[in-house]
Amino acid sequence: MANDFISNPAILDGFTRFQSVAYILAALLFILALAGLSKQKSAKMGNNWGILGMIIALVATLSIGVVAYAHDPMLAIGLMIGAIVVGGAIGIFKAVRVKMTAMPELVAMLHSFVGAAAVLVGINSFLADPGNGTYDNAFHMGEVGLAVFIGAVTLTGSIVAWLKLSAKISGKPLTIPGRNAVNLVMVLACIAMIAWFVNTRGVEGGTVPLAVLTVVSLVLGAHLVLAIGGGDMPVVVSMLNSYSGWAAAMAGFTLGNDLLIITGSLVGSSGAFLSNIMCKGMNRSFVSVILGGFGGDAPKKGGAAEHDYGTHTEVTPAEVAELLRESKRVVVTPGYGMAVAQAQFPVADLTRKLIDMGVEVQFGIHPVAGRMPGHMNVLLAEAKVPYESVFEMDEINDEFGDVDVALVIGANDTVNPAAETEPDSPIAGMPVLRVWDAGKVIVSKRSMGNAGYAGVQNPLFFNDNTDMMLGDAKESVEAIIAAL
Amino acid sequence: MRIGIPKEPYPDQPLVAGSPDTVKKLIKLGYDVCVEHAAGVGASYFDDQYAEAGAEMVDKVQAWGADIVFCMDTPTDDELRLMRRGAVLVARMNPGANPADVEKFEEMGITALAMDMVPRISRAQALDVRSSMQNIAGYRAVIEAAESFGRLFTGQVTAAGKMPPAKLYVIGVGVAGLAAIGAAGSMGAVVSATDVRPEVADQVESLGGTFVEIPVRQESSDGYAKEMSDDEQARVLEVYRDEAARNDIVITTAQIPGRPSPLLLTEEAVLGMKPGSVIIDLGASEAGSNCALTVPGEVVTTENGVTIVGHSLTSMPAHLPGQASQLYGQNLVNFMKLCTPGKDGELVLDEDDEVVRGVTVTLDGEGMWPPPPVQVSAAPKQTPAAAEAAGEPEEKKEKGFFAKHWWKALAAILGIVLVVAAPASMQGHFIVFMLAIVVGFYVIGGVSHSLHTPLMSVTNAISGIIIVGAILQIGSADPIIQVLSFIAMVIASINIFGGFLVTRRMLKMFEGSSE
Repeated sequence: MANDFISNPAILDGFTRFQSVAYILAALLFILALAGLSKQKSAKMGNNWGILGMIIALVATLSIGVVAYAHDPMLAIGLMIGAIVVGGAIGIFKAVRVKMTAMPELVAMLHSFVGAAAVLVGINSFLADPGNGTYDNAFHMGEVGLAVFIGAVTLTGSIVAWLKLSAKISGKPLTIPGRNAVNLVMVLACIAMIAWFVNTRGVEGGTVPLAVLTVVSLVLGAHLVLAIGGGDMPVVVSMLNSYSGWAAAMAGFTLGNDLLIITGSLVGSSGAFLSNIMCKGMNRSFVSVILGGFGGDAPKKGGAAEHDYGTHTEVTPAEVAELLRESKRVVVTPGYGMAVAQAQFPVADLTRKLIDMGVEVQFGIHPVAGRMPGHMNVLLAEAKVPYESVFEMDEINDEFGDVDVALVIGANDTVNPAAETEPDSPIAGMPVLRVWDAGKVIVSKRSMGNAGYAGVQNPLFFNDNTDMMLGDAKESVEAIIAAL
Repeated sequence: MRIGIPKEPYPDQPLVAGSPDTVKKLIKLGYDVCVEHAAGVGASYFDDQYAEAGAEMVDKVQAWGADIVFCMDTPTDDELRLMRRGAVLVARMNPGANPADVEKFEEMGITALAMDMVPRISRAQALDVRSSMQNIAGYRAVIEAAESFGRLFTGQVTAAGKMPPAKLYVIGVGVAGLAAIGAAGSMGAVVSATDVRPEVADQVESLGGTFVEIPVRQESSDGYAKEMSDDEQARVLEVYRDEAARNDIVITTAQIPGRPSPLLLTEEAVLGMKPGSVIIDLGASEAGSNCALTVPGEVVTTENGVTIVGHSLTSMPAHLPGQASQLYGQNLVNFMKLCTPGKDGELVLDEDDEVVRGVTVTLDGEGMWPPPPVQVSAAPKQTPAAAEAAGEPEEKKEKGFFAKHWWKALAAILGIVLVVAAPASMQGHFIVFMLAIVVGFYVIGGVSHSLHTPLMSVTNAISGIIIVGAILQIGSADPIIQVLSFIAMVIASINIFGGFLVTRRMLKMFEGSSE
């Protein structure tokens, strides 16, 4: 297999040993990267460890895979450098240009790339080493099938998530009748295809089952995510993150490459862990999120949506300014609406202004506010809101009784008291920010018409101590600043 | 309409059914208010304060002759005689235990509203006099205990030696029990508490107390604890006895509406307590007390030096007359708000409202007692369907372990089969795979919430490691493979560069915002 470039077995052996050391180092650095990223202080260093690990991994792979074994090393190196330059340029361009509000979309899109790459690598493994009837080969073929399956599901799932997040398609869940049965049939079809694929001989024999497998997996991935409502996207994004890791790990099995296995599993299991945190934040089981359909069922459950909660009262930004001026303690609870309206900058300005006036301002962040985990924190950080004034739900939830004004900006389901009071509500049991305990609640919302992603009406809006500030969040907040 | 607030007829009742503050609020609702001379003296509210608030100061006959009469408890016949036919009496009546009173009201042709019968639903909290009285009774119980207890509540280490903190044990965690836990905790005592309803454990812990489990569990549908069977009773009493011996102060709060209070501390339990210990029996009553040796209304000391205070939930507020009157008066104001929809001083009793229906004992002389049962939101579920659902999980647990964990077993078997069947060259990979998964779980275990997004984008960049697979394949002689792996490398590098860079950008922002 070795090329003419290096034919001396001693040198080849040296390369292999170098690769082992490099892979161990790279794996360690990736673990350090994840560990670093879980603490604010070490986060930046963590990112650097990750970059270093990647460089080491690339150099090592290059030396062994290309220099030592390539059919035509010069061509291979040229292609590789070309690919990295092109891909790197696109990646840098995207990363620099992306707005922080569009971060979820970008992350979803990047997941789809890993999925696509895993499919391609899987197909290549098949082309390079097609079925030949031996026992070892059958195992290899099975791994290829699995890698393609997971990669394809990740690919289309991420694309659909990206479309939903960037509002190119509706966030409403697609609930075709018997969708779970349809999914099950598709999964079984994939298993059947893999079984067939394993027993084929040669490239010609394996092409058909592999093609069918790829197509069915692609449809399955798209359908899975189509059935999940926009409100559950934080879970979906981290779930796809996990999938992309498993796809890489599977590719590692097909190639017998430990670094791929380690890195893929790290990403896969940490993604699953994160999804689990998200699900807890919504008091939902992982399975119920994956099976989807959430939100679309709300009208059927009736009751809550048509419940008559009375009338709401409206308030102008000038009145809100007056109210805030006289308050001692204000808590802002932002939601996805703030991201949509790009209101984080005026909100930060408002915060600074109020702090200068002697008002204590804090932020209460619900774990699933926004469209991806930690979305609100990123936006507030972008607008330079002091990190110390941003609190998690659990930290601040018992303190609303001492708060004069709770300013809800573009949040809905995460501040819905129905989660605690109406046992038949679709969001019953979900932990929510108890803003209604505050002396006064001001809700900034585009209009009274649109419900939150869960599709349920929010009785908070009709409380006696709640006033609605209707209109675009950015304009409303700017009007408050002007009035101050 | 005219509201009369007379002086309480019982000599030992210092409370009054309205303070100057609540009088003002009643006038705002459109009512005329008259107050009997010296009605509020026991609670330190004087006539000129009432007059200033807008009340007319009148004599006893006029006060009792008003359209609506507010008082603390059912008055004696002497006062009832002064009431007009068709008038409204608002007071605590305990109609379940006093059927004779109910008959009297019927004969007199008055409307009797029993404020101690407000259903325990969240909407009615603001007008529940039991709840507001029990709250201050619980607080006062701790003060009484502190007075009778010959030691400090807070533990201290001083030059003169170490003082242990008082250990206080509360039986019955209702409103009074919770108030007692809060008050005692803030005075520095070590507090533990017990209730037959296990769901109150969280409430106890939220106030800094420790919940002591008892071997009997029950759920109540009306917000109050129920009586239990003899066998259960015996087991529970043992727990109380042991805990009483372990603690310095025991506060009992158990009362069952319309029935004698349950016995919680037997004579044996009291004799087992340390000398100097204190029992506050808030359940004390002539019909029966929580402690076997209690003398209702009095403070007694047993042979073994245990002080038993027999002030009950109902008499304890008399020790805080100013505050208790204000709270009671405010409860009545809240009730009148509910029944004066026009704010025009006209009382409207909407008997379809479960709160109003709950308190109505007689309506213009017509007997209404008892009202249909009201289900309380604090209790489990209401509808039969929901009740079935509540029963289900238990069944599920019964049938079990297997139903819940079958997939784990299946996954384990599949895993074993896979490893055993796999070619020798793969064996090493499995252990690497398994270890990496575990590391992945633990390494981000304590991830802080704000870092979820950066963490995700960095893992995203790292999963661009798939490029390694593509690099290994680019060396192939097959042009199709070369093309495919080239494409894979391009998109994987978008991932790597994009992911790391965007993470770096975000982290920079976080850095900026923390300055």
